[in-house]
Amino acid sequence: MTAVQQFNTTRRAFLGGAGGFVVAVTLPVRLRAQGGAPGDAPRPFDPNAFVHVGADDIVTVLVKHIEFGQGPWTGLATLVAEELDADWSKVRAEHAPSDPKLYGDPGFGVQITGGSASIRTSYDLMRKAGAAARGMLVAAAARAWNAPASDIRVENGMLIYGDKSASFGSFADAAAKEAAPQDPPLKAPADFRYIGNPDLPKLDTAAKSTGAAMFTLDVYRDGMLTAVVRHADKFGAKVAGFDADAARAVPGVVDVRQIGSGVAVFGRNTYAALQGRKVLKVTWDESRAETRSSEQIATDWLAASRERGAVAHAQGDVDAALAAAATTLDADYVFPFLAHAPMEPLDAVIAPAEGGGVEVWLGSQSVTIDHQTIADACGIGMDKVKLNIMLAGGSFGRRAQPVSDFAREAAEAFMAVGGDKPVKLMWTREDDIRGGFYRPLSGHRLRGGLDADGRIVAWEHVVVGQSFATDTPFESMLIQDGVDGGLVEGASEIPYAVPNINVSNHIMRGPVPVLWWRSVGHTHTGYVVETFIDELLEKAGKDAVEGRLALMSQKNPRLAGTLRKAAEMADWRAARPADRALGVASVQSFGSYVTQVAEVSMADGAPKVHKVWCAVDCGIAVNPDIIAAQMEGGIGYGLSAILFNELQLGQGGAIMQSNFHDYRSLKLHEMPEVDVAIIKSDAAPTGVGEPGLPPIGPAVANAVRKLTGEPVRRPPFVRSMTA
Amino acid sequence: MAISLKVNGETRSVDAAADTPLLWVLRDELRLTGSKFGCGIAQCGACTVHVDGQARRSCVTPVGSLEGREVTTIEGLKGDVADAVHAAWAKHDAPQCGYCQSGQVMTAVALLERTPKPAPADIDAAFAGNICRCATYVRIRKAVADASDTIGG
Repeated sequence: MTAVQQFNTTRRAFLGGAGGFVVAVTLPVRLRAQGGAPGDAPRPFDPNAFVHVGADDIVTVLVKHIEFGQGPWTGLATLVAEELDADWSKVRAEHAPSDPKLYGDPGFGVQITGGSASIRTSYDLMRKAGAAARGMLVAAAARAWNAPASDIRVENGMLIYGDKSASFGSFADAAAKEAAPQDPPLKAPADFRYIGNPDLPKLDTAAKSTGAAMFTLDVYRDGMLTAVVRHADKFGAKVAGFDADAARAVPGVVDVRQIGSGVAVFGRNTYAALQGRKVLKVTWDESRAETRSSEQIATDWLAASRERGAVAHAQGDVDAALAAAATTLDADYVFPFLAHAPMEPLDAVIAPAEGGGVEVWLGSQSVTIDHQTIADACGIGMDKVKLNIMLAGGSFGRRAQPVSDFAREAAEAFMAVGGDKPVKLMWTREDDIRGGFYRPLSGHRLRGGLDADGRIVAWEHVVVGQSFATDTPFESMLIQDGVDGGLVEGASEIPYAVPNINVSNHIMRGPVPVLWWRSVGHTHTGYVVETFIDELLEKAGKDAVEGRLALMSQKNPRLAGTLRKAAEMADWRAARPADRALGVASVQSFGSYVTQVAEVSMADGAPKVHKVWCAVDCGIAVNPDIIAAQMEGGIGYGLSAILFNELQLGQGGAIMQSNFHDYRSLKLHEMPEVDVAIIKSDAAPTGVGEPGLPPIGPAVANAVRKLTGEPVRRPPFVRSMTA
Repeated sequence: MAISLKVNGETRSVDAAADTPLLWVLRDELRLTGSKFGCGIAQCGACTVHVDGQARRSCVTPVGSLEGREVTTIEGLKGDVADAVHAAWAKHDAPQCGYCQSGQVMTAVALLERTPKPAPADIDAAFAGNICRCATYVRIRKAVADASDTIGG
C-alpha cells in the first residue's frame, strides 16, 4: 500500500465551514515532508493537516498553495502563527501534499493555486488551524500542571501558568493526544501581532539569497537522464518523421524517442542532451498547423468585432444612446500574444519508485490535474504517484495548467525511455518563449457616447479572442451562454456609472494554445476600459481623477478610495516639469482594488516611467510588506509586457521570438520608483498576486497620450525592440 | 576529457568536453545548484558566478577556458561584502520566486567588491545583465545601497 492510500483511508470526516479543516489526521511523513528523505522521524504532534509542532519547538505550516514568489508560504504561516501565538523565529513552511479533499480550492474543487485566492481562501481556515493547535497545547499543559485551561497563557511559543512555563515542544507529544477543539475561538483583529505586521520577515528569503533553495531543476537522482524535446516551429504541427543518427552520435546522448509533443533527446547530462537536440532532424506535418501570421489573426479578430457578440452585460439601450449622442468616440484595440517567461524554465523530474509507482518533483500549480495526468501517462493509479511540489521560479499563470502540458511531456519522456530510470525534463528558454500557452491575442471594439453636457451616456465594448477554457476541464465553469469570464472580466462590470452599456464577446478558435496570464482578462480589459474612459473624460473636458470619481464613488466606493489616495500621494494637481506627465488608472480585480498614478516622460520615442504611486485596498492586510512587494512586482511585470513584449507569428505562422534578446524583460534601470499605500480596511482579505498589474499599462498609456497627443491602442509601446 | 578547475577554493577535476558551459559542469557534475539556468545566451544573469572576482555568465563560459582561474559560486561566497549583501537582502526581503537571486547576489557582491560606493548609474550598469521576472528591482536597488553603507562602516 502506498503512502497515498494510507493517507486516504485514515482521513476523517470534515468539519463544517468554509473549506473545512481536518483534525487529528496522521499524515504519512513521506508524503508530508515534501522533498524530505524517506525515513524522516515521525512527527509527534499533528493537530490537523495544516500545522505540525515538533518536540524541537519548530512549528511547520503545510501550505496548500505553491510558493513561486507571491508569498503564500509566509502568508499562510502568518495566519497560523497568529492564532497559535507561535514564536515566528521557530515557524517554517512547506508545501502540503497532493490531496484535493484536504487542500482543494473551494471554487475549483481541485488543488490549485490561482485567481489571487491563496489568502482569501485561507484566512479563516488557517487561523482555525492555528487556534486548534493552540487549544491542544493548552489542554496538554493544563492536564500536566493540573491547572484550568483558561488560566494558561500562550506567548511567543511558550505556555505559561503562574511560575511555570514551557515551550511548545515540551508539550508536543502530550498535545497530540488531546482532542482538537472543534470551533476554537479566534482573536479579535485588535489583538493581532503578526497579521498586519509590516516587519515580519518572510520565511523563504534566506534560502533564496544563498542558493540553498531547491527548485525542480536542482533535483538530481542517481542514473538520471536529462531530456530536452524538439517542439514544432508552428502551432498544431505534428512529427512526420525524424532522423536521429547525428543526435545519437553526440557523446553522452543515450536515446532519442518520439513523444506526443515532439521528439525527446535523452542525455547523460544537460549539455549532451542539448547538443544532441541541435543536430536532430525532424520533419513536420503542418497540415493542421496555424499558418496565419499574428497580424492576420489580429485583422480577423477586429473584423469579428464589428458585430456584437454573446452579451456579457447589458443595460439601457446603447444603440439609441449612441445614435442620440452629441459626441462619439470609436476605438479599436489589439493586444498581442504574450509568453509568461518565468525565470525557471519549465521542468520536471520523474523517477521509478517502489511498488511500480513513480516519484515526481514538479513546480506543480494545478496539483490535482498534474497528478492525474502523470498517473494516466504512466498507466498507473494516482495512488502510485508521489508528487513532491517544489518551489518554482515564477509562474505568472504558466504553471496553472488545465491540460498539464509539461507534466504530461515529462511522464511521456520517462515512459518512452523505459520507465525504469529517473528523467529530468528541461525546457530551454527557447522552448518556453516558443511553447505557446500564451496570453491570448485579443481585439476590442469600443464605442462611447457623450451627451451635450459631457455626460457619458453610452458604452459599447466587443471583446474578441480565444478562450483558454475551450476543451479543458474548466470549460463548463468558465464559459456560460457563449461568454468567457476570462475574456470579459473587467469589461463586463466597469466601475463607472454609465446608463447605457453593452459588453459582448466572440470566442474564437485556433491552434495556438492560450492560457491565463497574470491578472488574466484584466491584462487587456483593464487597459481598454481605463484608456477609453480617460479619452472620453478628456473629450468631456473633465479631469481624469475628478471625472472618474464622479462616476465611481457611488458604484464602487472602495475603488474610489484607492483613487483618492493615489491622487493624493502623487499630488495629482501639482505642476510637473514640461516633459513629464501623469497618467492614472484604477482597476478592481480578484476582489482587490488598485489605483496607480505613473509619472512618465518620452525618450527616443519610448516612455520612461519615473515613478508610480500605488494605492491598494485588499481588505485586512495580512502581510503589508508582501502586499507592497506584489504591487511592485505587478508593476514591473506589467511594464515589461506593455513596453516591450509581443509574441508574433510571422508569415506562414512561424514563431518569431525565441529568448530574452527579442522578448525583452524589464531591467533594473527601467524600473520606476514605487510608493505603495495600503488602505486600512476591516473587510475580509483578498489577494494581491495579480491586482497590482492591470493599472500600470493604462496609467502609462494615459500619461503618454498627454505627452504625445496620440493614444496607444496596440501595445507594446516599443515595438522595434521586440522585432 | 579531464579538466581541472578551481571552484570555491578547491581544485576539482571533471570529465567534460572543453566547450561545455561552466554552468552545466557546476550543476550536473559538481552539484553546485545555486547557479541557475535561465536563458543560455548570457541575457538573464541567473547563472552569474565570479571568475577571478569578476561577474561572469557561466552559461556561455566554456569550462576549458578556466584552467588556472578562480571560480566562485553563490555557495562559496564569503567575506564582509557577501555578509553585508546577504544582510541587506534579508532586511528588504528582496526575493520573490528567488530563482534569479543567486545571480543578483553575485552581481551585487562583484559590484561592491570593486566599487564600494556605487552611484545609481553604477548600479544600473552592473545589473544591466540580470533579469528578474518578479521585478524585485526596487528592493535590489535599496539592498545594494544598504550593503554599501554597511561595508563603508
